[in-house]
Amino acid sequence: MGKKLLLQNDNVPGIDTYEVYRQHGGYTSVEKAFKMTSDEVVEEVKKSGLRGRGGAGFPTGMKWSFLAKPEGVPRYLVCNADESEPGTFKDRYLMQRHPHLLIEGMIAASYALGANTAYIYIRGEYFYIVNILEKAIEEAYTAGWLGDNIQGSGYSLNMYVHPGAGAYICGEETALLESLEGKRGNPRIKPPFPAVKGLYACPTVVNNVETIAAVVPILNMGGDEYAKIGIGKSTGTKLISASGHIKKPGVYEIELGLPVEEFIYSEEYCGGILNDKKLKAVVPGGSSVPILPAELSLKTPTGEPRLMSYESLSEGGFVSGSMLGSGGFIVMDETTSIVRNLHTFNRFYHHESCGQCSPCREGTGWMEKITHKILDGHGTLADIDLLWDIQRKIEGNTICPLGDAAAWPVAAAIRHFREEFEEYVSNPSSIVDVKHYYNIHNLVEA
Amino acid sequence: MSEVKFNDETLAVVHNLMRRYPEGRHKSALLPILHLAQAEFGGWLSPATMDYVASILNIKPVEVYEVASFYSMYNLNPVGKCMLEVCRTSSCWLRGADDVIRHIEKRLEIKVGETTADGMFSLKAVECLGSCGTAPMMQVGKDYHENLTLEKVDELLTQFTNEDKHSRYCDANTYRKN
Ligand SMILES: Cc1cc2nc3c(=O)[nH]c(=O)nc-3n(C[C@H](O)[C@H](O)[C@H](O)COP(=O)(O)O)c2cc1C
Ligand code: SF4
Ligand code: FES
Repeated sequence: MGKKLLLQNDNVPGIDTYEVYRQHGGYTSVEKAFKMTSDEVVEEVKKSGLRGRGGAGFPTGMKWSFLAKPEGVPRYLVCNADESEPGTFKDRYLMQRHPHLLIEGMIAASYALGANTAYIYIRGEYFYIVNILEKAIEEAYTAGWLGDNIQGSGYSLNMYVHPGAGAYICGEETALLESLEGKRGNPRIKPPFPAVKGLYACPTVVNNVETIAAVVPILNMGGDEYAKIGIGKSTGTKLISASGHIKKPGVYEIELGLPVEEFIYSEEYCGGILNDKKLKAVVPGGSSVPILPAELSLKTPTGEPRLMSYESLSEGGFVSGSMLGSGGFIVMDETTSIVRNLHTFNRFYHHESCGQCSPCREGTGWMEKITHKILDGHGTLADIDLLWDIQRKIEGNTICPLGDAAAWPVAAAIRHFREEFEEYVSNPSSIVDVKHYYNIHNLVEA
Repeated sequence: MSEVKFNDETLAVVHNLMRRYPEGRHKSALLPILHLAQAEFGGWLSPATMDYVASILNIKPVEVYEVASFYSMYNLNPVGKCMLEVCRTSSCWLRGADDVIRHIEKRLEIKVGETTADGMFSLKAVECLGSCGTAPMMQVGKDYHENLTLEKVDELLTQFTNEDKHSRYCDANTYRKN
């Protein structure tokens, strides 16, 4: 069994209630934190090597130490619970089953940052989890872990849940802050970074749900101990959302460094490919990261076993590697049409572009149109080159990384599966998938 | 639809929500209040509803319109009493979301984006709802219906009755009375 730090009490009945959570050692990390100075807490997190679990993998302790601390200006902690990256559902799992773990982490983190107000920005579709969090926060207030002078420490904190309303872009931290201010979710130009000018132009730290939850075991065991778990600079454990053609989809906590092959095929995790088909491809870190064909999912370009870690998954760069991203692990069997999968992504990014920058707004629309045209059986070889050209012109030319996130899946699909695109455009009538697509759209009779 | 005005209980919650944000920043409460308004006033945001929300927050109506039109959960046109939101993104597609959509289209005799003639059902194809491990799935109100099969879809469609509870994904009890 792999090491569990976040989901160790996953099977304890009632762990979502304060009573049971406290009986199982809940809120001890806050007690520990209150015996330390806030800088010492930041130091522990630095030592742990924890990296942001929202997708970018930025070292959390370092981010915290960048927080500006001008006199008399409030600071904020904002939890990013927008979770909208296709293939990712671990934050939902964590909040639904372990709401107090998030609240405990939020208190410890807010104390470290000197924030007296903290918000949880949660995607609006998760309204049933708003209920769960509101109830857990109420319990925490009643038990004296929130409010004024928490447990006699002299430290005060208020915590609120704030629902979004359906917009992937609000997961981007500056768009999230705009949205939290009651505006459209248009990303801001950086700098200034939120650490200097964030919510209400005050210094703000935005962290992912899982990142904040990980602060709890870090303080409980100590940063040095946490850093011993995992591999190299990928310390600790990570929640992986496994979906697609596997026997046992779900959320798994893994120790970073687990071989991809073991994750896919062992009984402890995904349990192998559905119906014992062959593996075709994996999107290892949410829709935005490059897709990997089977052989490159299991082995690095140099023939080493591919591991579930920030470094190993990106080995080979974008030519033959990918990224750990949010840990949204999407598995595709041999029957999967890569073109059609890509089309779902293109449609997604076009739908979610906020429209501020032309390369992203227009480019995502064109890319969706082109994959649609190819699936309709009207594509040409030139369309494949056009797709390539468009994605190249989006990447790096936009205000926020959504543009890159839309470009990378296109680039990787063409890079690794160009023959499949060519087959689609040169011989569309032979492709079962094209017919299937026709049926779906009622373009011809079923 | 009757007059656009929250009852006293909801209004108290609205004022509590506004106090969650610092002095002078109560506009932050716009998104949660719009949700309450949509759930309360017929499942969509009519101009009258949006103007009412603007008056509560003491902001210009246009500040509400520009926000309401940005976010996909706000309906700017009337919808059926029961909106079926089927996820169509990669992981759900891999596990048969298209079949679910086609099945519902056939059974209800509507296409994606349409509402049945009796005003009961609307069908929407949506992007990833964070339920990819239990695909295919659809959301109705605040409920997630997961691991769908066509039989399960049929059962659900029979269960949904002609009440407007399906659009009530939040109400005065959603929030803590702080
Ligand atoms: C388009 C886009 C969407 C994002 N969505 C999310 C999200 O849903 N959840 C999240 O935690 N981070 C998301 N991020 C990353 C955030 O901008 C930010 O880096 C993160 O919340 C920082 O937290 P961390 O350091 O704890 O990971 C997104 C970024 C982009 C560009
Ligand atoms: S890259 Fe796209 S989503 Fe990001 S700011 Fe520009 S238009 Fe908006
Ligand atoms: S892809 Fe359908 S819920 Fe994520």
